[in-house]
Amino acid sequence: MELRSQQDGTVQIVSVHNARIDAAVAIEFKDAMRQATESGSPTVILDLSEVDFIDSSGLGAIVASMKHMGQDRSLVLAGLTPTVDKVFRLTRMDSVFGVFPTLQTALDAHAA
Amino acid sequence: MQHSNARMVQGPPPATHVHISITSSEYAVRDALSRLLDALQPLMLDVEETGTIELVLAEAMNNIVEHAYPPGDRPGPITLTCTPEAGGLRFLIKDTGRPMPNGVTPIGLPVDLSVDFNELPEGGFGWFLIQDLARDVVYHRVDDANQLTFRLCLAG
Repeated sequence: MELRSQQDGTVQIVSVHNARIDAAVAIEFKDAMRQATESGSPTVILDLSEVDFIDSSGLGAIVASMKHMGQDRSLVLAGLTPTVDKVFRLTRMDSVFGVFPTLQTALDAHAA
Repeated sequence: MQHSNARMVQGPPPATHVHISITSSEYAVRDALSRLLDALQPLMLDVEETGTIELVLAEAMNNIVEHAYPPGDRPGPITLTCTPEAGGLRFLIKDTGRPMPNGVTPIGLPVDLSVDFNELPEGGFGWFLIQDLARDVVYHRVDDANQLTFRLCLAG
C-alpha cells in the first residue's frame, strides 16, 4: 500500500497510489493511514483519484481511519472514480464524509 | 435483412459461458475478478456495469473467504460460473466451506448511520451491496456445498 503525504498549510493531503483498496489490503491501508495521519493536521484530504475499485472492506478501513483521527479532525475524500463513488453513494457513507470531485475542489473548500 | 441488422445492434454478442476456479484467499478473489472481467470484454460493458459486476462478485467471494473458510480452517475451492441470459448475466458461486448461519443469506439492511461518531459502522456493508445490486439472490446448501445464485441486469 503506497500512500504519499504532503502538507498544504494546515491541510494534509494523503494520496493513494494503488488501484484497489479491497479485502486483500484493507488492514495494510488502515495501518498506513494511521501512520500517515499521526502528525495531527486538523484536516486530511484523502486523494482517491488513482483508486479504481473499493469493496466493503476498503470502505470499512476508510471509516476506521476517520474514527482513529477522532471527531475533532476531519477526513475529506477527493477524486472518487465511478465505482468508488458508487460504493459511497449506495451505503450513504457519502453523507458521513465531505466528498469532493477533485483534489483541487477539496483544497479550495478547505484553504485557510 | 433489416430484421437481422436490428438484432445485431440490439443485443451484445453472447459471451461464452465463463467458469473460474480458485482456492480461497483474498488475493485469489482479486485474480478471479480480473479473469471474469477479461472474459466479459466482448460484451463491451460500460464502467457502471463492470463496476457493479466487480463489486457484487467481490463481496460474495470475500464473504466466502472470510466466513465459509475462516482463518484456522483449511482454504478450499471457490468456483464461479457466469452465464449470459436475456437482459443480463446469471452467476453461480459454489464452495465447500462452512454453511451460511441458519441456512439463509443475511437480509442486507442498510447500515444505520444515525449513531455517534465512534459507533459508525466499519463493516456490514457487503450483503447490503449484494442485495441492493443483484436480483433473485438464492442460497442453497447442497451435499456439503454452498451454492449462491443471482442475476445482474445489464442495459443493452
